[in-house]
Amino acid sequence: MADPIHQFEIHKIFTLGHIGNQEIAFTNSSAYMFGAVAVVSLLMLGGSAGRRLIPNRFQSVAELSYEFVSNTLRSSIGEEGMKFFPFVFSLFMFILTANLIGIIPYTFTVTSHLIVTVALALMVFLTVFLYGLYKNGLGFFKLFVPHGIPIYILPLIMVIEVISFLSRPVSHSVRLFANMLAGHITLKVFAGFVTSLSALGAVGIFGAVLPLAMTTALTALELLVAFLQAYVFTILTCIYLNDALHPGH
Amino acid sequence: MAEGQGKSKGADHGTAAHTAADGGHKASFPPFESNTFASQLVSFAIAFGLLYLIVSRLALPRVGGVLAARQQVLDTDLNEAAKLKADSDAALKAYETELANARAKAQAMATEVREKLNAEQEQAKAKLEESLASKLAAAEQTIATTRATAMGNVRSIAADTASAIVERLTGVSPDAGAVNAALDASLKG
Repeated sequence: MADPIHQFEIHKIFTLGHIGNQEIAFTNSSAYMFGAVAVVSLLMLGGSAGRRLIPNRFQSVAELSYEFVSNTLRSSIGEEGMKFFPFVFSLFMFILTANLIGIIPYTFTVTSHLIVTVALALMVFLTVFLYGLYKNGLGFFKLFVPHGIPIYILPLIMVIEVISFLSRPVSHSVRLFANMLAGHITLKVFAGFVTSLSALGAVGIFGAVLPLAMTTALTALELLVAFLQAYVFTILTCIYLNDALHPGH
Repeated sequence: MAEGQGKSKGADHGTAAHTAADGGHKASFPPFESNTFASQLVSFAIAFGLLYLIVSRLALPRVGGVLAARQQVLDTDLNEAAKLKADSDAALKAYETELANARAKAQAMATEVREKLNAEQEQAKAKLEESLASKLAAAEQTIATTRATAMGNVRSIAADTASAIVERLTGVSPDAGAVNAALDASLKG
């Protein structure tokens, strides 16, 4: 039976250089990252190349992505959040494209690697933290002091708020990572049942219908998850950025 | 199964099954293989940085520009349409006012003409009636005169006739005064 973990392996394609003793390699993961970047760039630049007043389908997709992310950002932060639009848009499109590419059989899913999702989440976390400090100065720490809390439980609340703030990048990254990983393993396991059952002969082929149907259904579900997780990541990013802009709850 | 992997980052890569069989190797679950982290981080930094540049410098301004241009065209067209509608409303109102004016004027004219005609007719009728009345009066006068004359003649005829009858009966021509007295008595009686 096919190994469900095999799809997550990283292979070196060529070496880029060394940092200390650590070899920096261009891997299959790198290739898919740049692939995702290329797809997004092609969609956005190619789609808007015509600058049509009445968009064709290609341009519609580019405009739809633009408006979807800008509406999400506007509804959660407001007009002043639009300075983060390129950042949030890059995040959403990168994750969405990487997730969707990963559903194609025999491909690699960039977002199924914890280090990538951690990098994404930390990037958001640091942006929120540094921009919050830059914009509000020490007023940023009002984020940990909610209004209207009695003074005697305030220290406890502050500890909870600080812990919840610090644990954001963990939940932010693990949610995406775990969803992609689990989905792809499940898909692979059910698809593996099809091949191993059908190897058993006529009865096996008949029996393989069920896991095949399951695989088909799961693929549809994974399409939903791919979009949903990209959206969840984006909307959480918006909520966190909102804290940086308006720390006073 | 393990081939094609593990070449990249050194010797101790393997699938879960492989590692379990080997035992004791460090985590072989690919997402947790820490010696791939540096490569992935570098690639990610370059790829995401590139994407951010492309998106912020080229893609979003362009798509945003297209959307803004469309919005502007829509706004212009909508304003134009609103203006044209206001114009047509004004024209319709002016037309209705004009129509009402014309109707009122026509009515006034008709009333005037009718009244004038009525007055003329009344006048003509009155004149006619007057002339008829005077003709009638003249005719009545004539009749009265004629009758009076006729009545006068009747008396002289009766007197002549009575004289003639008396002369024939008696052979004597009666006295005119007696005849007249007898006539008067007879006419009275």
